[in-house]
Amino acid sequence: MQGLDDTLGQILTAHRKDPRRLVQILRAAQSEAGWISPEIAAFLADELCMPISRIHAVVQFYAFLYDRPVGRYRVLFSDNIIDRMLGSVALRQHMQRRMKVGRGAVSADGLVSIDTTSCTGMGDQGPALMINNRQIVRLTTRRIDEICDLMRDGAPLEDWPSHYFTISDRIRRAESLLGTSYVPGKALAQAIELGPQGVLDDLRRSNLRGRGGAGFTTAMKWELCAEAEAETRYIICNADEGEPGTFKDRVLLNSFAERIFEGMAIGGYAIGARHGVIYLRGEYDYLRAPLEMKLAAMRQRGLLGTNVLGVPGFDFDIEIQMGAGAYICGEETALIESLEGKPGRPRIRPPFPVTRGYNDMPSVVNNVETLCKVVEVMRIGGRAYALLGTKQSTGSKLISVSGDVARPGVYEYPFGVRIQTVLDDCGATDVAAVQISGAGGMTLAPHEFGRRIAFEDVPTSGAFMVFNRSRDMFEVARNFMHFFAHESCGFCTPCRVGCALSASIMDKIAAGLGAQYELNELTRLGAVMRTSSHCGLGQTAGNAVADTLQKFRPDYERRLMAGDFAPAFDLDAALERARQVTSREDAQAHLEGVA
Amino acid sequence: MQAPTLDRSPDTAETTRKLRVATASLSGCFGCHMSLLDIDARITELVKLVEFDRSPITDIKTCGPCDIGLVEGAVANSENVHVLRELRANCQILIALGACAVNGGLPAQRNHLDVGEMLEDVYRDIDEGLPCVPDDPELPLLLDRVRPVNEVVRVDYFIPGCPPSGDTLWKYLTDLIGGRMPRLDYDLFRYD
Ligand SMILES: Cc1cc2nc3c(=O)[nH]c(=O)nc-3n(C[C@H](O)[C@H](O)[C@H](O)COP(=O)(O)O)c2cc1C
Ligand code: SF4
Ligand code: SF4
Repeated sequence: MQGLDDTLGQILTAHRKDPRRLVQILRAAQSEAGWISPEIAAFLADELCMPISRIHAVVQFYAFLYDRPVGRYRVLFSDNIIDRMLGSVALRQHMQRRMKVGRGAVSADGLVSIDTTSCTGMGDQGPALMINNRQIVRLTTRRIDEICDLMRDGAPLEDWPSHYFTISDRIRRAESLLGTSYVPGKALAQAIELGPQGVLDDLRRSNLRGRGGAGFTTAMKWELCAEAEAETRYIICNADEGEPGTFKDRVLLNSFAERIFEGMAIGGYAIGARHGVIYLRGEYDYLRAPLEMKLAAMRQRGLLGTNVLGVPGFDFDIEIQMGAGAYICGEETALIESLEGKPGRPRIRPPFPVTRGYNDMPSVVNNVETLCKVVEVMRIGGRAYALLGTKQSTGSKLISVSGDVARPGVYEYPFGVRIQTVLDDCGATDVAAVQISGAGGMTLAPHEFGRRIAFEDVPTSGAFMVFNRSRDMFEVARNFMHFFAHESCGFCTPCRVGCALSASIMDKIAAGLGAQYELNELTRLGAVMRTSSHCGLGQTAGNAVADTLQKFRPDYERRLMAGDFAPAFDLDAALERARQVTSREDAQAHLEGVA
Repeated sequence: MQAPTLDRSPDTAETTRKLRVATASLSGCFGCHMSLLDIDARITELVKLVEFDRSPITDIKTCGPCDIGLVEGAVANSENVHVLRELRANCQILIALGACAVNGGLPAQRNHLDVGEMLEDVYRDIDEGLPCVPDDPELPLLLDRVRPVNEVVRVDYFIPGCPPSGDTLWKYLTDLIGGRMPRLDYDLFRYD
């Protein structure tokens, strides 16, 4: 225990014993000990002077923090519908059989645990799994067999063939962001020439809108933050990219990181912030070390640090903080809670982050892609920027294309592109549906493929999942509903209970026990969630069910049973335990299936 | 919602016919039935409009064809299942009354325990310390988990509350009897 206490002591010192860094501290402690044991929890609570319940609350909230032992190899299969379509379920079962371990369990010898996790952001090269925070893509039965052998031999991950961990960018179409060369520091120098107000004015002219989903005007966000009275301000980069089917931020973080940093520095200059924070999703842990190296290189060039680009008093630096497996932490106020070492539950707004955000100080939260676009605006000027795209959606947009297509990957288009154009470009044939903007987005049917991607028509944070006619849209919606039931933060009843009920109704229908009654219930629950949930997660959780019920109703109807109603469980089996302890077998000790 | 209402259009004999109402308490505390009595003197108005069939109030034990069925309590044992099915089969409109019927409520607190272990702990021979769970066929067997009524039969309406107030029940029933879709104002299901 002494050795562990010392290690924990070092971790605490590295984080300045700051309780606001609890999520980071727990991640570090866990990577030493494998899990957060009661002893570790007690030690940390003591040292951080907080009730142990706070430690428990955080550990229980985040999927990648464990309050019980897990295998020395923790295998998590990405469970998005796209991974499933690529065969992830059979691969997982194959591994479970070979390693003799059930789903969600630890093998008897403590060697391996196998479970599923929400979309890991590898939709273009799945099926994917994570093993001890590393990602492995393009899984095949053969690769699974090799992995099983390596695990049996107890080989450390560093010794595994490095090509296992290779993640490709797969950029399929480039425009102004992906297709333009970049000279580090040029945009920042331009910003300094314009002066803070000049930057805001130019940004306003560009009409740049946020790429994270809500589409808020970036200039307005920055101005509101700059106007708020405060000693400190923050620029936060939202790199949580948890929306199922989205992976364009992964590509930007991998190959365009300097632009993200520079966009943050421009933001810091314009609003008077000295600190930038990147909130990187736990699934992208493998990107952390390369990002740190690139940050160091930026500091070397004088693009970060004190007196940036030689401007006296312009100090700006960036740190990376990690998420720990919680989709809701992509919501900006939940993200801030997480940065402050708490469970990621969305805050009540107002106050908005621009007036009271991280550490209660005015904060700008921007998506990775938005920050890259800021660099572009500086480079070509706001007016020129606004010429591309549509009136209300200027510039270009990155789309993450996955599913039944010949060429999955990242496509960059000017806003206003038609769905059909994207489908043609990515080699999609016989398409039955496109799911836009993730699990809570829109499910579009073929008669809508003439619509355009833009805030004024089909808005998107970037996911574009394609389903051909062989797919079952009921199963797609069921997968999404389970995603939301799993990811609901539990703060408000309509979402916490509504998602769980909807998911179990979908299971009931899948089991052939649903009737018209269940379809009505789904519609009713969806309306309650949409109108009375606290945040965007609950408000959109019922969308896919509602859309598929309307547009792909036969996929539901062919599963309905003939009768009026049936329970989802076997009533007679529910008496079995009581029969055992009473040793009864009389007629009264049984229940018939149907009324 | 496609929940049914009763046809009480003025030009039919339906307007004058007394409606038949059944009530049952499954695994509940009778608090919801007490609330029904809590409509006080209005009960005399109610019996002008309805006739009670199977109900603890009439002490009639089996249910005939009814217009409205009110179910208090959760489904915890085999007898609850039989009573509930009988009501569903006979009532045009079935209403889950109170938190136990709607969500499982207090009885469902046992759901995180194993029902077998629980019975063996409760029924233990004092001298020898061995389990002796009663096995009389007349006793209903417990289900492994307590269920809200809508997990066992189709339910048309839900009235929340533990218990719903007398005023709430009065408003709900008079709406239904009048052939209207029942509507509760916010203050009738606001509890803090
Ligand atoms: C449930 C939920 C999840 C979200 N996930 C993300 C995410 O992963 N990445 C992101 O940039 N924005 C996400 N957002 C949107 C953010 O709250 C916020 O609007 C965005 O980061 C603002 O940046 P922008 O103005 O640059 O778009 C999410 C919102 C909700 C409601
Ligand atoms: S809607 Fe869902 S995710 Fe959002 S606050 Fe409520 S419970 Fe949490
Ligand atoms: S809802 Fe409340 S009052 Fe009604 S039966 Fe249950 S416990 Fe009793």
